[in-house]
Amino acid sequence: MLDGIDYSEPRIGVFVCHCGTNIAAVVDVKKVVEEAKKLPGVVHAEDYMYMCSGIGQQLIINAIREKKLNGVVVAACTPSLHYETFARAVESAGLSRQRYKIVSIREYCSWVHFHDRKRATEKAIRIVAAAVAEIRDNKVYEPIRRKVIKKALVIGGGIAGMTAALDLANAGIPVILVEKEPTIGGKMIQLSVTFPTLDCAQCTITPRMAEVGKHPNIKLYTLSEVIDVSGHIGNFHVKIRKKPRMVDPEECRLCGWCANACPVEVINEFTRGLSKRKAIYLPFPQAVPASFVIDEEHCTRCGMCVKVCPVNAINLDEKEEIIEEDVGAIILATGYDLYDGRKLPEYGYGIYKNVIDSLQFEQLIVPSGPTKGRIVRISDGKPAKRVVFIQCAGQRDVNHLPYCSKICCMYVAKEALMFKSKVPDGEAYIFYIDVRTAGKGYEEFYKKVQEIPGVKYIRGRVGKVWEDENGDLIVTGIDTLTGETVKIRADLVVLALGMIPNLDKRLVEKLKISTDEYGFAQEVHPKLKPVETEIGGVYIAGAVQGPKDISESVAQASAAASKALQLLTKDEIEKEPLIAEVDRERCDGCGLCVATCPYSAIKLEDGYARVDEIACEGCGMCVPSCPTGAINLRNMTNKQIHEIIKAVYGVR
Amino acid sequence: MVEESVIDKIIRISGRNPNLCYQCGMCTAVCPMAEFMDVKPHQIVRLVQMGREDVLNIDAVWVCASCMACVDRCPRDVGPGIIFEAIRLVSLRRGIDKLDYKAVEEIEAAPTLALVTASRKYTG
Repeated sequence: MLDGIDYSEPRIGVFVCHCGTNIAAVVDVKKVVEEAKKLPGVVHAEDYMYMCSGIGQQLIINAIREKKLNGVVVAACTPSLHYETFARAVESAGLSRQRYKIVSIREYCSWVHFHDRKRATEKAIRIVAAAVAEIRDNKVYEPIRRKVIKKALVIGGGIAGMTAALDLANAGIPVILVEKEPTIGGKMIQLSVTFPTLDCAQCTITPRMAEVGKHPNIKLYTLSEVIDVSGHIGNFHVKIRKKPRMVDPEECRLCGWCANACPVEVINEFTRGLSKRKAIYLPFPQAVPASFVIDEEHCTRCGMCVKVCPVNAINLDEKEEIIEEDVGAIILATGYDLYDGRKLPEYGYGIYKNVIDSLQFEQLIVPSGPTKGRIVRISDGKPAKRVVFIQCAGQRDVNHLPYCSKICCMYVAKEALMFKSKVPDGEAYIFYIDVRTAGKGYEEFYKKVQEIPGVKYIRGRVGKVWEDENGDLIVTGIDTLTGETVKIRADLVVLALGMIPNLDKRLVEKLKISTDEYGFAQEVHPKLKPVETEIGGVYIAGAVQGPKDISESVAQASAAASKALQLLTKDEIEKEPLIAEVDRERCDGCGLCVATCPYSAIKLEDGYARVDEIACEGCGMCVPSCPTGAINLRNMTNKQIHEIIKAVYGVR
Repeated sequence: MVEESVIDKIIRISGRNPNLCYQCGMCTAVCPMAEFMDVKPHQIVRLVQMGREDVLNIDAVWVCASCMACVDRCPRDVGPGIIFEAIRLVSLRRGIDKLDYKAVEEIEAAPTLALVTASRKYTG
């Protein structure tokens, strides 16, 4: 296909886009074209209203054919939007994409320098000159092919991770599912009912948990964490640390004798501290794998459980394991945590027993929960008749979480409704700033809750919560609609705490992905690439990407699985051949590049550095480390960089 | 030269941006003096947002104890207490004193510190 192009002498075409008026209103595009024509190697230059349109692309294709172009520079918007558009256009005309470059004169010129047309135009001319200088010496390399390992890793066994794992497994892809806790189920299994349909959360999620547990294509590692990731898209090598369960899930019959015998009692994290459990325990009845587990941290190794186990399933000497797996794609679905309520001491969380968080309130509603579904004061177990909900407990606050946590308005409405259905003579007060109900059926649900007698929405804030001598909570606040201060005696105060990402910094480093300012995993593009990360082959799903509800998490999980499938159904993928190359004439085998390479892609062989072309990501870290200038990036050689700098400064 | 408006003056002196206020009411909720105010703290910020020059006539800014709890807890860093301070300054610079020494009973018995701070806050 490339045969028709003669690369001996540079014949470069420059195409300048107006982007409607986005560029042309500030940058003098005609002047850019005029100046481009004077650049060495440029034989053609033109401008057009929308270069990305069908007509615009055809202009480029025609010019390549008619003017025998062997290089193309498009000056338009950012490469993240239209790099591929023009790459495909030049390839359809038989030109290699390695002889094409798109430069942004919109984001870098017109949008930021709108107040200074003359200098914006000058800058655009220099940017174009640099791009011409760069591709003039670009060589055409054969693409590098890599084999794809048809296997996926999903990190996190909540609703998002399980959904992604099942989608992949049902498409025939073997999946490794890694979950930190002793069971899958995530946060959703802790919920009472889900809004806006009031379906039982456990009844919704447990069939899916069972399916994951039994699926022949899913290998489940619980009590496990990913500790190392190396490799690249299509071929990752991961290390997983599996903590000892000390109970054989194959043998355990769930009789519970062990827990009865166990003398150690600790806080139950599943009920968020509202009940106790033993050091050997079943997280909850529907846990998958269906097996007791020993809490390594609190177990005293007394051996009482071993004595009573009728099937000899317990092994206190079990050690942690390091498991290694090779996968082609990774889906990150580690979910969220609640903001730490203790950072809001004015509301008394962690100080007064009757000030609880929203997940604890869910546990009070669940019929199988620590109070068997009775809504009571935590301090004395008396029925709770008056409950105050505080929305935006830290959210939308520059001192805590500046963002909206999205789901709280809805779950508070649901919790108020559930409270009223269990305590018909109860009163629920909901302090809110705004009620945000964007979602199918959500506004209708809110209206339904407002209709319930005894549910009072108060537009305003709570200033302080304290406990009086009777053990009642006193809530003082403001109703901004009447402008009057409010004082409420309450049995329970529920803080609608916001979502924060449950994403370990070490895992972020190992995956080499980036996070936003709040620590949520960063997608590549908010609209067009919502489940992709900057690292090819690594996808994100669920609340680890940002606050979202169950429906959105499930949709995003299926999206991530679909993106992973697009990769995993290929036998091999092509990689741009823009990797590092060693000039053996100059290399003296010092090994500095070997130590610098973040991908372990360089080895010393026969006293010279050698680049593994599959592993090399073309990052260029090795280039400045080389004392003799022997290592260069293809199509970004030191010579080309010098040419670019000269072009930017107009040195000929 | 166009004379600076009262509201611009208040914004300049305070160095705060009242337009960031979303009227949550936190300032009023934490204000120890709110129940003695004719106009509540969040309402004063709203009036400043709307460019109402008659904020100068509001008595509540003189009731404000300058404890700055509202500044500390404001979720948008609007700092109502700082804005009230600016409103008081604009009034004082017009020569309106809010402290009548003759009306203070047993002025000799008052702590010096209280007199100094009251003079600073209530007189121009």
